[in-house]
Amino acid sequence: MKFLRRFLDKIKPSFEEDRKFGKLHSTFEGFETFLFVPKTVTAQGAHIRDSIDLKRTMSVVVISLMPCLLFGMWNTGFQYFKSLGMEQTFCQYFLFGFWKILPIIVVSYVVGLGIEFAFAQVRKHEINEGFLVSGILIPLIMPVDVPLWMVAIATAFAVILGKEVFGGTGMNIWNPALLARAFVFFAYPSQMSGDKNWIADGFTGATPLSMAASGTEKLTEQLPSASDLFIGFIPGSIGETSKLAILMGACILLFTGVASWRIMFAAAVGGLGMGWIFNLLALNPYMELPPYYHLLMGGFAFGVVFMATDPVSASQTATGKLIYGLLIGILIVIIRVLNPGFPEGAMLAILLMNTFAPLIDHYVVGANIRRRMKRAKTSI
Amino acid sequence: MSRVIKIRKGLNIRLQGAAEKFLTKASHAERYAVKPSDFKGVTLRLCVKQGDAVKAGTPVLYDKNNPAVKIVSPVSGVVETINRGDRRKLLEAVIKPDAEQVSEKFNISEDAVKNREQIINLMLEAGLWAYVIQRPYGIIANPNDKPKAIFISGFDSAPLTVDMDFLLAGREEHFQKGIDILAKLTDGKVHLGLSSEDYGSKLNKVKNAEITIFSGKHPAGNVGVQIHHISPVNKGDIVWTIDAQHVAMLGRFFTTGVYNADKVVALCGSKVKRPQYMHIIAGAAISSISEFIDNSSGNVRYINGDVLTGSNIGNDGYTGFYGNRISVIPEGDRYEFLGWAMPRLNKFSASRSYFSWLTPYKSYTQDTNLNGGERAFVVTNQYEKVLPMDIYPVYLLKAILAENIEKMEQLGIYEVIEEDLALCEFVCTSKIEVQSIIRRGIDLMIKEMS
Repeated sequence: MKFLRRFLDKIKPSFEEDRKFGKLHSTFEGFETFLFVPKTVTAQGAHIRDSIDLKRTMSVVVISLMPCLLFGMWNTGFQYFKSLGMEQTFCQYFLFGFWKILPIIVVSYVVGLGIEFAFAQVRKHEINEGFLVSGILIPLIMPVDVPLWMVAIATAFAVILGKEVFGGTGMNIWNPALLARAFVFFAYPSQMSGDKNWIADGFTGATPLSMAASGTEKLTEQLPSASDLFIGFIPGSIGETSKLAILMGACILLFTGVASWRIMFAAAVGGLGMGWIFNLLALNPYMELPPYYHLLMGGFAFGVVFMATDPVSASQTATGKLIYGLLIGILIVIIRVLNPGFPEGAMLAILLMNTFAPLIDHYVVGANIRRRMKRAKTSI
Repeated sequence: MSRVIKIRKGLNIRLQGAAEKFLTKASHAERYAVKPSDFKGVTLRLCVKQGDAVKAGTPVLYDKNNPAVKIVSPVSGVVETINRGDRRKLLEAVIKPDAEQVSEKFNISEDAVKNREQIINLMLEAGLWAYVIQRPYGIIANPNDKPKAIFISGFDSAPLTVDMDFLLAGREEHFQKGIDILAKLTDGKVHLGLSSEDYGSKLNKVKNAEITIFSGKHPAGNVGVQIHHISPVNKGDIVWTIDAQHVAMLGRFFTTGVYNADKVVALCGSKVKRPQYMHIIAGAAISSISEFIDNSSGNVRYINGDVLTGSNIGNDGYTGFYGNRISVIPEGDRYEFLGWAMPRLNKFSASRSYFSWLTPYKSYTQDTNLNGGERAFVVTNQYEKVLPMDIYPVYLLKAILAENIEKMEQLGIYEVIEEDLALCEFVCTSKIEVQSIIRRGIDLMIKEMS
């Protein structure tokens, strides 16, 4: 690697501020730090620093998304050929999905990173790694047939208005990937209503969620079996169908400690609890659905594992995370069951709780302040 | 039976090069220095000129705002040079020692050690006052204050842990004397925090002090953490802290009446050939220990203090007034190809995305590489895991960055100094300079509250 290092050292000066490629300074730096951990040493404070950095943290998330992505590719092909009544090999299913999904990923990364690089250059910052995750999350929560221009616009919207206007990664209020999904959902409702899903041209299949919303009685008999829902042999957005793949991702995230177990646990409790309360009310067939179906259907699992745990837009305090997760779980089920307009509740519930996360933290931190004030009074 | 407090949060950074229990004497240094940068909360002025002859214990610096607070020469000799930096900022007064050492002597009568005023005057006179650190703010105490209590941490938990029991071995009487003296300075108690790991500690037998036992990982040995768990500092409170070795040095002074800057430090770190304890005079040039250092491969960093909170003294610098160790570690000034993506089995990390948690008994070599670039706060709940205090560190840091005095007060600025949050800085994914932000906040508080 000495050769590469020498090459970088040679071209480095021409990317300095006032030199020929000065305008690409941040871009060059981004690529250089990607290839080589810089030789920067600590200048003040602690002399040694942990080996962890944002690049590694974000790569863990990207790795944890791989099972979902790979399964999503296979499932796309599987659903397509199933609708045509054709049996194909595993590889053909996968390759079909691969070529269907790859362009979406490319568009998402090119548009998103392009904007990130430009903003970093203007601000004279280093390029932030946040979009590495958003860039893969966005395709995973899109339907397979989403037009590429729509992905591009949604990504641009999410990165610029969802993140950069607030100051970049770490400053945003909402999860950028969810914002992209919300954008296409509200801007192009006819294509993205969430109740029907493209499988093959001229053929759409109802997702389990829309079946549940319009179902009359005995929902469990109409819906795909719980095991199909779990493994993911169902139509849906690219990454959300297989709960097994999501669970594998969740294991990686929890094991490495990158995502908060508090949020995942609390959200599952909230979802199950709300489902159970609806069972008690039992006013319509949807309410009678066994609570665990809510965890298996739609974007609940994907949203809770990968979106709600986004540290920037979630609650920041430990207690706050429990409250935040619990409310997400409850809200997803409420929106699904009680709101006829939106079959999928995960996106809206998480965005709503993103909005309220600072408020939750405000009260949790407020309690800490009150403890301190009380202690000061009693000691006088 | 002493109270036992269990500290559940924290992190032991396992580094190579902990000092063996083996005590030597460093060779005499060719130069000694008095450095204003060692002392916080005072504005120091010179009271000697180049060429002046000084004894060990002769004042070299005094505080502009309270001239009674003096910093004295550690050795007898001649003031050789006065080094100044930008805008003539005083960096250090360098003293060339005499072959024959002479110390200032003080007359300590029986009565003197019974009277608070006289004790304080003697300490001020002999330049020992700088031992006494005030909380809040971690600055040299104001001799006119009456502290609520005095806290001493009797053990160390920072990386490359110093065994205080070994460090103070043979000086138990001086330590007891120091405690007795300190007890006169407060109407409250003198608290001594000890580790649960050495019940056999000789400090356990100390009288005149309230002993509290702490168990747990670093920063359990930080006096700030101990104060927080015993009797937290509220707005308006003042407590004093003093390093355990300084307690023994204080006791020695009141026993002998002679100024003596000799102390024991641990010379440790992966770049030390044989890590060990040694007698050294505070302010000695680092070149006097160069024979112990392995600088055959790459640059090394000399740190007065521990690797989390100490100060970089450079390879031609001088040891400090405070601190019980000199850490020497490799500089990390080299590139690493795709380092962040590699398994990096030889790296220590608090994160489980590395594998050091699988080898709980292995110690690691850590260099000074930043291991990343500075980012905004992204990962949450990381600091809380290593800060055993009822404080929300990120909110406190943000209040400091926003210069919101009221919020800083509410969120606990009085309870912390840099060292308490040093681990937060170590584990930070975003490489945020936590300690310097805390110091900025404290400086702002001092300015606004005076």
